[in-house]
Amino acid sequence: MRVTFTVNGRRETADDVWEGESLLYVLRERMGLPGSKNACEQGECGSCTVYLDGTPVCACLVAAGQAEGREVRTVEGLADGDRLDPVQEAFVECGAVQCGFCTPGLVVQAHDLIERVAQPSDAEIREALAGNLCRCTGYEKILDAVRLAAARKAAAS
Amino acid sequence: MSATPVRAPRDIAAPGTGGVGDSPLRPDGTLKVKGEFAYSSDLWIDGMLWGATLRSPHPRAKIVSIDVSEALAHPGVAAVLTHEDVPGRKHFGLDHTWDQPVLAFDEVRHQGEPIALVAADHPETARRAMEKIRIGYEVLEPLTDARRAAFDPTYPQVQPRGNLARHQPVRVGDVEAAKARAEVVVSGEYQVGIQDQAFLGPESGLAVPAEDGGVDLYVATQWMHNDLAQIAPCLGLPEEKIRMTLSGVGGAFGGREDLSMQIHAAMLALRTGRPVKIVYNRYESFFGHVHRHPAEMRYEYGATKDGRILYADVEILLDGGAYTSATMNVVGNAASLGVGPYVIPNIRIDAYGVYTNNPPCGAMRGFGAVQACFAYESMMDKLAEACGLDPVTVRQVNAASQGSELATGQVVWAPLPMAEMLQQARDLPLPPPLDPSDIRNLPGGASQTTHGEGVRRGVGYGVGLKNICFSEGFDDYSTARVRLEVIGGEAVALVHTAAAEVGQGLVTLEAQIARTELGVERVVIHPADNQVGDAGSSSASRQSYMTGGAVMTACRAVREGVFALAAAKLGRPLDTLGDLSLVGGKVVSESAGVLAAIEDVLGDAVVEETREYHHEPTTGMDPVTGRGDSHTQLALCVHRAVVDVDVELGLVKVVELAAVQDVGKILNRLSLEGQIHGGTAQGLGLAVMEEIVVADGKVRNPSFTDYLIPTILDMPPMRLEILENADPRAPYGLRGAGEPPTLSSTPAIVAAIRDATGLALTRVPVRPEHITGSS
Repeated sequence: MRVTFTVNGRRETADDVWEGESLLYVLRERMGLPGSKNACEQGECGSCTVYLDGTPVCACLVAAGQAEGREVRTVEGLADGDRLDPVQEAFVECGAVQCGFCTPGLVVQAHDLIERVAQPSDAEIREALAGNLCRCTGYEKILDAVRLAAARKAAAS
Repeated sequence: MSATPVRAPRDIAAPGTGGVGDSPLRPDGTLKVKGEFAYSSDLWIDGMLWGATLRSPHPRAKIVSIDVSEALAHPGVAAVLTHEDVPGRKHFGLDHTWDQPVLAFDEVRHQGEPIALVAADHPETARRAMEKIRIGYEVLEPLTDARRAAFDPTYPQVQPRGNLARHQPVRVGDVEAAKARAEVVVSGEYQVGIQDQAFLGPESGLAVPAEDGGVDLYVATQWMHNDLAQIAPCLGLPEEKIRMTLSGVGGAFGGREDLSMQIHAAMLALRTGRPVKIVYNRYESFFGHVHRHPAEMRYEYGATKDGRILYADVEILLDGGAYTSATMNVVGNAASLGVGPYVIPNIRIDAYGVYTNNPPCGAMRGFGAVQACFAYESMMDKLAEACGLDPVTVRQVNAASQGSELATGQVVWAPLPMAEMLQQARDLPLPPPLDPSDIRNLPGGASQTTHGEGVRRGVGYGVGLKNICFSEGFDDYSTARVRLEVIGGEAVALVHTAAAEVGQGLVTLEAQIARTELGVERVVIHPADNQVGDAGSSSASRQSYMTGGAVMTACRAVREGVFALAAAKLGRPLDTLGDLSLVGGKVVSESAGVLAAIEDVLGDAVVEETREYHHEPTTGMDPVTGRGDSHTQLALCVHRAVVDVDVELGLVKVVELAAVQDVGKILNRLSLEGQIHGGTAQGLGLAVMEEIVVADGKVRNPSFTDYLIPTILDMPPMRLEILENADPRAPYGLRGAGEPPTLSSTPAIVAAIRDATGLALTRVPVRPEHITGSS
C-alpha cells in the first residue's frame, strides 16, 4: 500500500508498504529517518517515541497506515538546523547521553513535558519519563538535563 | 573494496577544549541527541537483503532432519543456509574454546540455538520463509541441574568435554584447625538469579561482500579483533579479507563479548553476493547473547567473639549453560574474589562452572565477582548480628588495606582505604524520613493501595572488590595510532584505535589524553576498525587503563617526533633544548620558554606513531591452591542503601543510594559519575527486579514486559563520594570504575531490606513474595 504523511514539516510518501509495517519501520527503513530507535518494538522502552499530531507515541505501536495524512515529528525534527533544541543541548551538557540508544525517545518525551509544564518538579519529571528505559545512566544525569532545559526555557520566555 | 553504506560510522571531531581531568562534552553527543548517530541497526545500503535466524524451541534435542526446500522456494528469498553451508570451521567460541556451533547440527543444547539462516527482500518475508523450514527433532529431557552436573558422574553429558568447565580451589592455612578455635560460627546458602545485560541497542549489523572475495562487516561489538579471530576461520577466509568497522553500539555490559550475528550475516552476504543486514528484535536478543551466571553459594565463617574472622569455607556453583563462553574466567574471578576485600587467615574456596541446557551464560558487568559479593556481604551482616556488632564495624575489623594479603596470596600494593571509606559512607547524612502525604513516595508509587501503614525503613551497607583489566596471566594490551599534522592552519591530532566505544565515553577520554599530551585543541577520533592493532575488549573496566595508556604512549612518541622536528628547525641539537613539552599549541622549553608554535614546527610534516600498551603482567592461579598474583589492579566501592519496605505488600522503594568509590584519578568527572550511577542501577536491578526466569531450560520472560529493568521511578537519588588515591602503576594513577558499584549496590540494598524486615533474604532478586512470605 501507499502511505503519505507529514514528517518534520515535509510531506513524505512510501510505496509498497506491507500492511503489518509499523510507523517506526517506515520512518527508519523507508524514509531514511533512523533517529527513532528500535530497542524493544513492543511499547515498553520508549526509545521510538515520536510526536503524532502533537502527542508523544511509541512509533513501534502505530501501524504505518494509521499515520496516513497525519503529522509526525521525530527527534530529527527538533533541532533548528545546527541549533539544538534546549532539551538536546542539556542532554549533551549534563552527561545524560552514554550509549545514546534511549536518547532520541527521552529527548522527545522530555521536550513534550517541558512544553506542557514550565517548571516540572522531580516527581513530575520521573512520572513523565517513566516509560522510557535507559540502561546506562541510572537516570541521574537525565534528571539534571531536564531540570536544566526547563530552567533555560523558563528564563528565555 | 566494496561500496560504503549511506549510514555508516565516520570521523568524529571532538569539539571544544579539555584535557585529562576536565569534563569536555562527548564528541558523539550532538549526533546522538539529533538521532544522527549511526548505530549498527541503522546501517543501510542500496540493494541490501534482510537476514533472519531460525532458532531451536527446545533446550535439548537431537536434530534428525533439516528441510529447507519450501523456504527456499518462498518468493523474495535469496538464500537459506544451514550448518552444511558454513565455509570453514563449524564452531566458534571465546577464549579458544571453539565449542559453539555456528549453526547447530546433530543436537541443540539450549533454547534459541541458531540452526538456519534466511536472506530475503523484507524482514517479514524472511520470517515467513523461516516458518517453512522443516526441522525434525527428537526432543530430549533437558539437563538443568547444575549441582548434578558438577558432582554426579552419572549425569548425562551436555558437552563432549564433560559437564565441569572449571573447578578452581583456593586454599589458605588450615580451615579444619580454625574451626576448632572459632567462638562464633555463621553459615548461609545464597542464590543469584540469571541477570540479563539488557543493552537497549539490539544485536545487529551489516555485511557487505567485497570484490576480493572478502567481506566488510559493520557491527556492534566489544572486541573487534577477538571477533575476527573467530569469524575468519569459520568463513574460511584470511583475516585480511575481513574488514571490520565498529558501528554505533547501543550498550554492551558484557553481552557483546560473544559473537551473535557476525558470522551469520557474512555467510549470507558471501552466498548471495549482496549486502545483508541482520537486526534482532527484543525477544530474539534475549536468546542472542549470554547472560550473567546464576549462582548457588554455600558459605560458613568462623570468628572470634569480637568479630575477627578466623576461617571461610566456601562453595560457589556457577551455571554456564551449554557452551563455555567466558565461564573459565568467571569461575576464576568468583574464586579469587570469593571472600572479597577481607583479611581471613584460613580459607577454603571451591568455585565450579558447569555445563547444562539452561540459558548460556558468560560476561556481564562484574563478571563472577557480583555473585560472590552478594554472598560474602550477606555473611558479613550475619556475622555482625552474631557478634553484636554493627555492620560497618564488623567490616572495618576485617577490612583489607594496602599491604594486606588477599585470598590468593596477592598483596594489595596500591592504596585501599576501605575502613575509611566505610566510615565516610556511614557519616553521610541520611535522607529525611518518609513523607507519606504524597503517595508517589511510598513503595509501589502511584500504584500503592494503602496509606503506608506497613512501611518500614532500613539501612544497609555493601562493599565490592573488582579486578580491573584481564587477569590470570593473559597478555593484556591495547594499541593506538596517533597522527599529528596541520590541517587548515591548525595542528590536528587524529586518534585511531580498535577500542569499542559502547557508551562509556572512551572517545571523550581519548581526545582529552591527546590534548593533554600534545598541547593541541583539535582532536579527531577515527572510527574503530581492524586496520589498526588490537585494543582488547571494552570489558573488565579496562579501556581507560589500557587504551587510555596506549593513546598516552603513542602521543608521547609523537611528541618526541615533534621535538626532533623543532630541533631541526631551530638548527640546534635536541639535547641542548632542555626539558621540552607541548603546551597551548607551542613547543615549550622549561629553561628557555616558548620555542615555536607546533604548526610552524610541523609545516607539511606528518608525525604518526603507533604504540602498544601492556599492563604489569599477572600470573595464573595455582590449580590446587589458587595462589598467584592473578590481578593487575583492584578497585573498591562502598555503598549505603536506604529503603522503605511495605512489609504487608512486599513492595520495596529504594530511597537513596550513596556510594564511596576510590578511582585513583578523576579523568572526566561527568563520565565517571555516569559510570558509577549506571553501575549502581544495574546492581539495584539485580537486587529487587531483574531475573531471567527459567523452567525446564526454557526462558519464561524474554521481553521488557516481563523482564523488568529499573525505570526512572525505581532509581533513587544517588549521592557520590569519589576518592583519588592514585595507583602508581596505572596511567595517570587511574582505577577502572565501571564495575565496582555494580557489585556493592546489590548487597547494600538487600541488607537494607533485611534491616527493615528482619528477614533472612538469601536470594536475589528479592521478590514481593519473599517479603510477605506468601511463596
